[in-house]
Amino acid sequence: MYVAVKGGEKAISAAHTWLDETRRGDTALPELSVAQIEQQMALAVDRVMAEGSCHDRFLAALAIKQAKGDLIEAAFLLRAYRTTLPRFGASLPLETSRMRLRRRISATYKDLPGGQVLGPTFDYTHRLLDFALAAEGREAPATPEALADLAETPRVTEILAREGLMQREALSEADPGDLTREPLSFPAPRPVRLQNLARGDEGFLLALGYSTQRGYGNAHPFVGEIRVGHIGVEITPPELGFAIDIGDIGITECQMVNQFKGSRTEPAQFTRGYGLVFGHGERRAMSMALVDRGLRARELGEEADAPAQQEEFVLYHSDNIEATGFVEHLKLPHYVDFQSELENLRTIRRTAEAELREAAE
Amino acid sequence: MTEAGYNFAYLDEATKRMIRRAILKAVAIPGHQIPFGAREMPLPYGWGTGGIQVTASILGPADVLKVIDQGADDTTNAVSIRRFFTRVAGIATTDATGEASIIQTRHRIPEKPLTENQILVYQVPQPEPLFRLEPHRAETRRLHALADYGLMHVRLYEDIARLGHIAKAYDYPVMVNERYLMSPSPIPAFDNPKMHQMAALQLFGAGREKRIYAVPPYTAVRSLDFEDHPFRPIRAPQACAICGSTTSYLDELVTDDAGGRAFICSDTDYCQERQAAPKAAAE
Amino acid sequence: MKQLTPGFADPVLDAQACFRAILEAMSRPGRIQRIAAHITPPAPLCTAAGAALLSLADADTPLWLDTDEAVAAWLRFHCGAPITGDIGAARFVLSCGPAPSLAALDIGTDEDPQLGATLILQVAGLIADEGWRLTGPGIQHEHHLRVLGAPADFVSAWARNQALFPRGVDVLLCAGDSIAALPRSVMIAEG
Repeated sequence: MYVAVKGGEKAISAAHTWLDETRRGDTALPELSVAQIEQQMALAVDRVMAEGSCHDRFLAALAIKQAKGDLIEAAFLLRAYRTTLPRFGASLPLETSRMRLRRRISATYKDLPGGQVLGPTFDYTHRLLDFALAAEGREAPATPEALADLAETPRVTEILAREGLMQREALSEADPGDLTREPLSFPAPRPVRLQNLARGDEGFLLALGYSTQRGYGNAHPFVGEIRVGHIGVEITPPELGFAIDIGDIGITECQMVNQFKGSRTEPAQFTRGYGLVFGHGERRAMSMALVDRGLRARELGEEADAPAQQEEFVLYHSDNIEATGFVEHLKLPHYVDFQSELENLRTIRRTAEAELREAAE
Repeated sequence: MTEAGYNFAYLDEATKRMIRRAILKAVAIPGHQIPFGAREMPLPYGWGTGGIQVTASILGPADVLKVIDQGADDTTNAVSIRRFFTRVAGIATTDATGEASIIQTRHRIPEKPLTENQILVYQVPQPEPLFRLEPHRAETRRLHALADYGLMHVRLYEDIARLGHIAKAYDYPVMVNERYLMSPSPIPAFDNPKMHQMAALQLFGAGREKRIYAVPPYTAVRSLDFEDHPFRPIRAPQACAICGSTTSYLDELVTDDAGGRAFICSDTDYCQERQAAPKAAAE
Repeated sequence: MKQLTPGFADPVLDAQACFRAILEAMSRPGRIQRIAAHITPPAPLCTAAGAALLSLADADTPLWLDTDEAVAAWLRFHCGAPITGDIGAARFVLSCGPAPSLAALDIGTDEDPQLGATLILQVAGLIADEGWRLTGPGIQHEHHLRVLGAPADFVSAWARNQALFPRGVDVLLCAGDSIAALPRSVMIAEG
């Protein structure tokens, strides 16, 4: 006689032990250190910090190690840790024109104050597997150094705005709200939308951003500017009353310049799609900027029928921690609801068969 | 002993207060979904985070907790959630329905009638009963405000027209206190009548969807139906192969590759109690 | 400045026990619950009303009150609740003197009825099994509750509040260490 599986507790324990064993892999090989992951898997660390919505390179690297390299699982670990942290306050807005740049490019101007800085990029690399990397112990060549231009680097969008060609964002001193404390409600204000996108799944943002380029959302984007680098974060503790620097974070900012035909109240001008993410994440920042612009359709009086323009659809489905949880929950037992469907289906079929018999008689 | 470094029952006190305020308003407005700032839990969304947050906010050292999934105490996720609360709250747990003061459940209501001294906490994947008919939450909120449930009546009527009866077998929509349309969570429709005038308080937590709702004790919970097509709870028409019950909800087991089937109680505690009862009487 | 009396001895477990008493009161309208925590809030605040606010109020819940500065200072210190002079903007309204009109409080909206305020109404005494006849969700047949020192026109004011359902105000009645609740769903008839 078959009876329900017992010993769930023992099975779970054993499964976790096995997981630990497989994480380590072949013990003849040296174990990866968290510092190695942090240094040598730096872009994975950046993605986990962004989607985990917590800027801590060490913790993100630890999460990647614990998650055996599953970056969504790692972001989940970081999020679950983040929620237990006390909140000291909100930082002052970041002035990104004061970033210490490693990379800064504009697709709209050949040259501009601060110049084009190519920086460490995959762009223009030929995607040929480099078998030399398979041989360990090779020293990386030193990068030739150039003198840094220490002047502030004005933003491209600001150059356009001074000419009246770029719509200026309304300045606001209002509390931007906090997605992690208050549930989403609609219509969602732009600060909340941007918070949502900044930690959204990179694949989801990429696909949506891509769709706006292919006619689903009528986008005509130009990369006004992408800048990658470091910036100091400041807070003003109420007991001090003045701003203090609490440390540096790495960020990527993307400002997309988009056409806008103008409306009855506004002249034709460019409008902005904005992306800002932790670490070095150009694909992510660009996708975010495209989707941000898509979500502005309604406030700009444009048609809003493409997927990337539908606020509820985008914001409710961007979070890969929520999404993976719900998709994967289908692994949990559903025998009770399945059983009710079985009985239901049998009843429907019995009814239909009876009707057929009656009709035949 | 509870896990070092974490507050009693894991959540910080500010979060508990926020959830407790939501629970009280949920009780005051039976069946209405209250948005709440659900936190990221160390268990995945969709695996009971809403129920866990509700339980964590009401739980105290005097409580005895029972956790079931599909009616059983030993299903893996029930084990995992029970272990979580033992770790972070150090509280007593039980398999016996009668001994529990709080029962957290996924997909079932225990067969044994609950009492005034118990609270039933449901894990809810999708709190919005209208979501398959109207996916926009901004619109469903408006429909709830107007108590406009025509969409659902039309949907059920279409079943009758096409199939001769309502084809919803689980997560069967209910009217609470004749005001709010509510999802009972994916319990089998068989369990719906137990919600009506239940002596225990019923709390519902949806973590991913960030909603809490409640049915107070002794409250009218009516499964939607039509006069000429009254609601009927369905169970497999067999007796439990272990305890012989002909009234409990049954799981269907596949016993061989030749069409063999066996049916046993989904509520494992109920089944075990019935197995023990004749023995106790004999002794 | 006068020394503030302490709040909960065990902020975690006392708040939990007190919340459960309030949850029980709200789930079974008119049934009287006891607050077990020993606190001595400044007069005229009673144990039950003080404990209810310690359990539920914080920086996210603007509080309106009709008491003097000593009570305000105690609540500000222990709960961190911002005190507001605008009764319509308060999540919690504490009344130890003549009760404010229910109609002056936030009743929420049809889409968000949960925004309706909670009135913590301190009264002279609560007696079970006599007085008002209560019916509605949470009550199998009828509950009876006598409220000593209830506002004179309370039953008719309550009927107007009840008619707004699902919008409306919820009330916690507090006397000494006793607490009973009137969720907006409950109907009251003179006993």
